[in-house]
Amino acid sequence: ITSHHITDSKPQDIMKWNGWGYSDSRFLFNKKGQGEFTGKRYRLSGMILPSLKDWFEATFGTSLQHKTPATPTLNVSAVPPPNLVEPFVEELKVAGVAASHDPEGRVFRSHGHCLHEIFALREGRIGRVPDLVVWPNCHNDVVKIVELACKYNVCLMPYGGGTSVSSALECPLEETRSVVSLDTSQMNRILWIDEKNLTVHVEAGIIGQDLERQLNESGYCTGHEPDSMEFSSLGGWVATRASGMKKNIYGNIEDLVVHIKMVTPRGVIEKSCQGPRMSTGPDIHHFIMGSEGTLGVVTEVTMKIRPLPEYQKYGSIVFPNFQQGVSCLREVARQRCAPASIRLMDNEQFQFGHALKPQVSSIFTSFLDGLKKFYITKFKGFEPHHLCVATLLFEGDREKVLQHEKQVYDIAAKFGGLAAGEDNGQRGYMLTFVIAYLRDLGMDYYVIGESFETSVPWDRVLDLCRNVKERIVRECKERGVQFPPFSTCRVTQTYDAGACVYFYFAFNYRGLADPLHVYERVEHEAREEILANGGSLSHHHGVGKLRKEWMREAVSTVGLGMLQSVKEYVDPNNIFGNRNLL
Amino acid sequence: CSGSPPSTMKRPVRKKKKNRLLSSRAEPASFVDILEERRRGSDISHALRAFSPPPGCGAPPPSPSALNKMVLESQHLRYVVLEVRDTPGQEEAAALLDEMSQNLQVTFIRLLGFALSKIFTRLFRRIQVNEDGLARLQQATQEHPVILMPNHRSYVDFLVLSYIMFTYDLSIPVIAAGIPLMGMSLIGEIFRRSGAFFIRRAIGSDKLYWAVLSEYVRTIVRTGFAPVEFYVEGLRSRTLKSLTPKMGMMHMVLEPFLKGEVYDLSLVPVSISYDRVLEESLLAHELLGVPKPRETTRGLLKARRVLEQDYGSMHVYFGNPVSVRELAKGRIGRGQYNLVPRDLPGRPSEESQAFASAAAHRVVRLQERGTVLSPWSLTALLVLQRPDGTRWDLLARDTLWLRGIALQLGARLDWPADLPDLEVMSSSMALHRSVVRCEEGCVWLVEEAGPEPVTQEEGVFRRASAVLMCASYRNQALHVFTRPAMVAVAMGTVPGHSQEDIYRHFCFLRDLFANEFVFVPGCGPQDFEEGCSGLQQCGAVSATDHELKPTEEERDTIVFLSAILEPFIETYQVVFRILCDERLQVFTEKSFVPAVRADAMKLLISGNPVTLRRDTEGYLPPTPTCCKLQCPNIYFRQSHCRIHPGSCSPTPLCGPQVATSSPI
Repeated sequence: ITSHHITDSKPQDIMKWNGWGYSDSRFLFNKKGQGEFTGKRYRLSGMILPSLKDWFEATFGTSLQHKTPATPTLNVSAVPPPNLVEPFVEELKVAGVAASHDPEGRVFRSHGHCLHEIFALREGRIGRVPDLVVWPNCHNDVVKIVELACKYNVCLMPYGGGTSVSSALECPLEETRSVVSLDTSQMNRILWIDEKNLTVHVEAGIIGQDLERQLNESGYCTGHEPDSMEFSSLGGWVATRASGMKKNIYGNIEDLVVHIKMVTPRGVIEKSCQGPRMSTGPDIHHFIMGSEGTLGVVTEVTMKIRPLPEYQKYGSIVFPNFQQGVSCLREVARQRCAPASIRLMDNEQFQFGHALKPQVSSIFTSFLDGLKKFYITKFKGFEPHHLCVATLLFEGDREKVLQHEKQVYDIAAKFGGLAAGEDNGQRGYMLTFVIAYLRDLGMDYYVIGESFETSVPWDRVLDLCRNVKERIVRECKERGVQFPPFSTCRVTQTYDAGACVYFYFAFNYRGLADPLHVYERVEHEAREEILANGGSLSHHHGVGKLRKEWMREAVSTVGLGMLQSVKEYVDPNNIFGNRNLL
Repeated sequence: CSGSPPSTMKRPVRKKKKNRLLSSRAEPASFVDILEERRRGSDISHALRAFSPPPGCGAPPPSPSALNKMVLESQHLRYVVLEVRDTPGQEEAAALLDEMSQNLQVTFIRLLGFALSKIFTRLFRRIQVNEDGLARLQQATQEHPVILMPNHRSYVDFLVLSYIMFTYDLSIPVIAAGIPLMGMSLIGEIFRRSGAFFIRRAIGSDKLYWAVLSEYVRTIVRTGFAPVEFYVEGLRSRTLKSLTPKMGMMHMVLEPFLKGEVYDLSLVPVSISYDRVLEESLLAHELLGVPKPRETTRGLLKARRVLEQDYGSMHVYFGNPVSVRELAKGRIGRGQYNLVPRDLPGRPSEESQAFASAAAHRVVRLQERGTVLSPWSLTALLVLQRPDGTRWDLLARDTLWLRGIALQLGARLDWPADLPDLEVMSSSMALHRSVVRCEEGCVWLVEEAGPEPVTQEEGVFRRASAVLMCASYRNQALHVFTRPAMVAVAMGTVPGHSQEDIYRHFCFLRDLFANEFVFVPGCGPQDFEEGCSGLQQCGAVSATDHELKPTEEERDTIVFLSAILEPFIETYQVVFRILCDERLQVFTEKSFVPAVRADAMKLLISGNPVTLRRDTEGYLPPTPTCCKLQCPNIYFRQSHCRIHPGSCSPTPLCGPQVATSSPI
């Protein structure tokens, strides 16, 4: 990924206002009908993807003739005028906090990346947007903003990287007060690095890739790499209980944070020391992590860091079928020898990955590919429509990595797994970053889709995957979707007691009167199916407003009451009024 | 229940066997005789032809030993072995499994196919099968695990089903059979190799046995390689009336769905009906208290003479597959296993039990609705109301009248349209000449032959067997009339015409007969609705918002329908009387049934069945004993029962034995 800065106060200049990521990077079908990824930022950038069109048309039953282009530019006049509390704005100015009610900036901060949010923007539909955007520079600025908000009863909505997929950034329709988007992007400094204790103290607005790059320069890393790390912020990770791809080595966000400072309407909450573990009642960090902006703004975080790994190696394994793959992952987890990352894609996703293979540069490579395919399908007898692939990432010192690698491949062999090369592995991870761009391509051609996730005990992984995928297919059919949907899953994280499962779901909506409604119903049914099969409400996306209806079921009435009473104490006037979670 | 026209005898042009189902555009519920081709073609080549059922929804079939291994190694069995035995229970489990498990082999299917072609062509004129149902079944097997749920009227039921599946190139089902069959030397082994597995009777509280059985069944359902077939009624209905379902197997097959191990299950009700049941006289004797002969190979050989008789046609109607997922929607929370390991042994939750019970009852109702009735069933109903004989022309006239009502109530009748009605009725009746005779324009029930009866009891016995057989055939048609008849009775016992009052009395009857007829639990209002709309269909009642009034023109219908229930009400009355007898304070079920029989005998000898009714004119006051037994307060006067619903209790008062013997 080529670096750049989204730390300006106007990210909309380099990022799409109605789609994912950078404006210069997008998938398109060129005049010859070939798939292409534009820009220069990614490994895939500027490459031709010869099989994309066939896969796309065959999978969704679409035709490149039928286009559904997005509204090219934001119609500023469609943006509702801001509802400003003048004395509040005045006092902010006096305090020296940057603020703006420029319509583009307000629209940009009015949404996350749920399908319905992007779909509406593409159609040029603008709903309720924040009335004002403010950019605090530091912790003290935030303290001041929150004080003023309390004083003037203004609704604050913290905004980090804007990558939410839970409707968390949508302004509640019932909110009548002035809504202020509190953009943390200017609080992006690393304040100190403590090499003795291997910790780093950072302002919470820093974006993932910037944090990692700057630490790398000093020879360190946090190792926290959620798929959204190009755009998501540290504060956002804390507020949603984020999970990183390499959590097997570095841990999830709750394992990584040592200290959190948060500004609430009641004042600042933080611990008095940085001890690595404490027995001081329930951990107050756990009121903050996952609070989804309902209690306050995370301003500064102390995190663990690690020296940069000496050696990194990708890998991949082909399994004859998904069931064998899951058994292998389960065994790897049982032996607690999971590499930094291990992910298992089902057959549909494996084929999808193939469709994104760039044009091969030499006859030799294509010959090799042919040979590999022959070996796996003919010689080893793998059924091309059943086989599935696991991608691996090992990290550490060289010798240990190689040893580790052998251990994992030996386990895989017991489940019929065949090593399938580093390239396949690396491509798998690269796809993680570009896949979000693909949805925009789909939306150009009547295809809408989304991903969602869950976590589930090991013994239910297979049943859950099968039932949810099947439910999606059946619900689509019942609701008049003309072509079978793309319904696929992968196991993306392993734990001692279970796994995280990620679903992709997309369909061709030609002929549907209200595609969004159909989409939402199907996703709703899919979530019901997940819950009925013992899956969790969310592994790392959070609840937001999208999954609120299931919170009581998920944490019990008493549990919900506990959370509500915390909210009541911390923020009695609902200043942090994004209405997520509860 | 759709009022389907009588099945046509037209046979669609035969297509090549392979794609018969896929290409058949059989009109709904039109039947095809599978024996016709057997009569024309060679049985050997039928048995040896390429048999390649389309793959099921699951993995390819595991070998029987691999299947057993899966069962033995299951976590569930490990839990139970730990729980119930200190000593290694693993071997015991393996032994149980050996006794139980099927050993399906295509060779034996072929052997059976050959033998059955020979036997069936001799026994039956036709085996009528609805091909559209088979096409739906075939499709269902490719989507989800299928549970075949036939009704059980004869020993040959499951043979016929497997034979049909073989003929139509469908996966041979794995069949739950009673263990007595296994005891038959040779035959037991042939059945086992044709896909039967054997279940002990009276398992009681043997935890290990339950565990092995349930894990075995669940493993087959989960893997979905073959349909599972079992009789939800639990046993052969001795009276040809549907039995209330048994829940053991039902729970086992539903569990994989409730635990999310399969996406869905298809329950396929199969309605088998015979013009004449092979075991008819055996059944009648059993009902009269003669013990059932043990199933032995020798006995089977002796029974060869049944081959020499004409049993007419049989009908096999494959109903629409019922999606368990659809049934479960909103009725049961599937998250109930989220907090415990799914393999943990445990009783099904109350919610699951209620769900399984409703599902099982529903299937039995669907079996009833799919049942094809022979004209004789209707005639039998009328013959029973005139036990002293009647004129044939009147009987024929009334049978035709009854046909009209039955069709209006949605019955499926096997009434050939291309033959004169009189011929249809007389040939249908002629099949039963062992029970009923028609001579010189008069029809009467046959008494069993033998030397002059010595005692009065013997006389009653000889007469009873024909009455019972006749009643059995009536019972085949009973489900058509039950609900309207109950409404009719309820109307007769209510002073005014208030729907609400009628409904209350209807509910009382429904509770009273909960073990007699099949009612889906919790569906009282629907049953009432069905009964009322049935009566309206026949023009027998007119309904306003709150009232239900009999129409003048069709008074006969109401009287007739009420009369259908009369024998049942009378039977219960007899039973209640005995229950109220002071001498019977404490009794066992074993001694109770003969006591009822003896008492009924006394009543019969003291007069004729008609005087039974007169005998009870006047009141039968509720005695303290009666209350102790939670007996509903019933007062009988003449043929009307006056019912006071206040104290009615749904507690099953009469065991199934009592209920099944009610045609007396």
